Amino acid sequence: MRAGTKFFIGASIITLGVTMLIVQGVKQTGVYFLTPTELVERTKTDATFYDYGIKVGAKVVPGSVRRNPKAQQIDFRVSDGKNEFPVSYHGIVPDTFTDANDIEVIVEGKLGHDGVFRATEVLAKCGSRYEAEFKKGKRA
Amino acid sequence: MTLLGQFSLWVALLLGLWAAGMAFVSPWQDRPEFAASAIRSAFGVWVALLVAAVCLWKGLLSHDFNIEYVAAYTSRNLPTSYVFSAFWAGQKGSLLFWAVVLSTFGALAQLTTSRRYEDLLPYVAGVTSLVVVFFISVMLFGGANPFERLPFTPPDGRGLNPQLQNPGMVIHPPMLYLGYISITIPFAFAIAALLSRRLDTGWIHAIRKWTLLSWLFLSVGITLGMWWAYVELGWGGYWAWDPVENASLLPWLTMSAFLHSVMIQEKRGMLKRWNLSLIVASFLLSLFGTFITRSGVIASVHSFTQSNVGFFFAGFLFVAAVVSFTLLYTRWPLLKPEAALESMASREAAFLFNNLVFVGIAFSVLWGTLFPILSEWVRGTKITVGPPFFNRVNVPLGILLLALTGIGPLIAWRKASTANLKRQFRLPIATGLLGGGVLFAMGLHDLYVLVALTIAGFVLGTVAQEFYRGVRARMRMHGESVPMAFVELIAKNRRRYGGYVVHVAMVIYFVAFAGSAFKVTKEATLKPGESTTLKSPFGHTYTFTHLGVSQYTAFNRNVSAASLELALDGKKIDVIRAEKRQHVDSFGQKLFEPSTEVGIRSGLREDVYVVYAGSVSGTEEASFALSINPLVWWVWFAGVLLVIGGLVTMWPGGWAPAPVARRQVQAGFAVTLVESEIGTATGGEG
Repeated sequence: MRAGTKFFIGASIITLGVTMLIVQGVKQTGVYFLTPTELVERTKTDATFYDYGIKVGAKVVPGSVRRNPKAQQIDFRVSDGKNEFPVSYHGIVPDTFTDANDIEVIVEGKLGHDGVFRATEVLAKCGSRYEAEFKKGKRA
Repeated sequence: MTLLGQFSLWVALLLGLWAAGMAFVSPWQDRPEFAASAIRSAFGVWVALLVAAVCLWKGLLSHDFNIEYVAAYTSRNLPTSYVFSAFWAGQKGSLLFWAVVLSTFGALAQLTTSRRYEDLLPYVAGVTSLVVVFFISVMLFGGANPFERLPFTPPDGRGLNPQLQNPGMVIHPPMLYLGYISITIPFAFAIAALLSRRLDTGWIHAIRKWTLLSWLFLSVGITLGMWWAYVELGWGGYWAWDPVENASLLPWLTMSAFLHSVMIQEKRGMLKRWNLSLIVASFLLSLFGTFITRSGVIASVHSFTQSNVGFFFAGFLFVAAVVSFTLLYTRWPLLKPEAALESMASREAAFLFNNLVFVGIAFSVLWGTLFPILSEWVRGTKITVGPPFFNRVNVPLGILLLALTGIGPLIAWRKASTANLKRQFRLPIATGLLGGGVLFAMGLHDLYVLVALTIAGFVLGTVAQEFYRGVRARMRMHGESVPMAFVELIAKNRRRYGGYVVHVAMVIYFVAFAGSAFKVTKEATLKPGESTTLKSPFGHTYTFTHLGVSQYTAFNRNVSAASLELALDGKKIDVIRAEKRQHVDSFGQKLFEPSTEVGIRSGLREDVYVVYAGSVSGTEEASFALSINPLVWWVWFAGVLLVIGGLVTMWPGGWAPAPVARRQVQAGFAVTLVESEIGTATGGEG
């Protein structure tokens, strides 16, 4: 067999391997990313969306954050303007997480049948972190 | 000053357009004076942008809060070094930074490139000027002008985000930018070669230093980013497979592939199409990285706020891709390989597989990063993949790559004989297996980690063998002492032995990454005087005793600091302080949310990592997240080693090169006289 052919076979095996790893990886670790409204709609028609690992992107409802530093427990509500539900999280939230000005969060976890979203991870994105405020000031 | 800055941007824009126009028209009209004008204009762009940069720095350092950018990113009490680095802290300033650095690199490329490649230079000036023009256009027409003024003057600025007030953050973004930006130069040479149809190995020689340089900048930028995430973000890790992190990894992977495959083109005249594609892909991926960071299309903790700047990048990315690949397609027949692969047991084959794995990893990372968008297009639902996906896919590929790191340099070019293979691989394989066996006997049973460490041992064995044989050969031939032979060996074969040092750095990265699998964490809420313990993966016990929380004011922040006494197996070794900081402006007004300052005790075996999560209202009872992070120190060490190896590889000229050797170096051949001597002794050279 020519070396070129052998290489082609080897290359095909690697390419196939990479493809398999990607396909399997997506299948087994992919997580739905939903808005609160999408989640509510899905749970209405499909009960398997309860207690199922998902990510939800939403805004923290201002004033809803309850911190219990002793237990490292944080409870808050998230909303997309239409639907809203409580989130319960144990652990440390990033510094950018507050309930001050409409911050966006991504919570990963499971929505229980009791309607409480038990988060295993909370990511916060602070809208005013880099830009914006002065622009608002200018327009006003 | 803003007027001058603004004016300079316009001058740079017009000169840049002129340079590009002249550069691309000159060969077509056969007017060499046009080409000269293009190069002169490119220098003009550089000067104009330097003036603009000085204007912005002046505005920042003089606290001119009437400038929107200055007010948005600095305050009177911000330490001067951070005022200086605020230049690239925000979207607008970083665009200017990008333009200035690119035109500087462009000018350097004009000044340092050998006259041998003179006919490529006008095109290079044209391409770099076009990219600079794009960045200036984003500033002027994309609503990202750093010189914009406010209708009023605030008494103080809003200050710099506390997470950016970190020495790592002063150098991490510019390093990464330098990496992203410097890829433009090899790209410009590639386009120049395609346009001029000078598609021999000449352009490859002209850009060798540039590809190494941008690879090195990217490596340093990525490592510094990991360090920043580790000490500043407080989640105890340094790599989260965040889209922005991935975006920086992508061009690094394709550049790494290129650095290897280019050797095949130099030696054997193969892979011309592949190499051009890799350079084009690296450039497009660096633009893609910038696009991800700035557009907000993919949610990331590192990204700038959503803005229409992203659309400019998407458009430019698209145009650049179409133009480059069209050009490549039309020159396809000119890029025929000069030789064919002769054997699977050859360095060419090893490098080809290494390239395939690099590109495979890059593809999987790109796929995973874009998957939320792709799945939304195709299925109407956003599906995200996170660290479990990336680890699953990349750990096996990474291990394969690590193995190839050891195999590649040991196999001869063209075709290796069985005797040669035996001679080269016997000892390294034995080293790896022995190391793996010892670790298994010591109780390490995690399969992936065990395999990774066995292969790491193998690779270290190959490098040690290469150094040993090289030193021995020099001692025999030149009668040198061991240290002398060692230094001379590296000095006379910089590319090869510098490359080995980089390989060792890579092995250390892998070992350190493997160590993170054994991380231990614990949460604890402690009253002053109370203790908690944590067992390290190496078997000893750490005891943390809470000493209390103190409050004080430093120059731009109010701090509450919790102190923990740390004991190792009952013996006091340190006091770790972890802080919560509330940053304030010069009037004592709160800026930003409170930020966490992690307490770290770093060691060769493991780091003790303490996050102060907060106090129970009004008391000194505090809650902590504690963790033991094994081998993290070695990640930073690997970064330093990588820089050393990279610099050795890039170092110009020789200490006292023989005349013939010098001529060969200038001609761009890695083969110096000594190397070929040793090459015959060890059966290959790199």
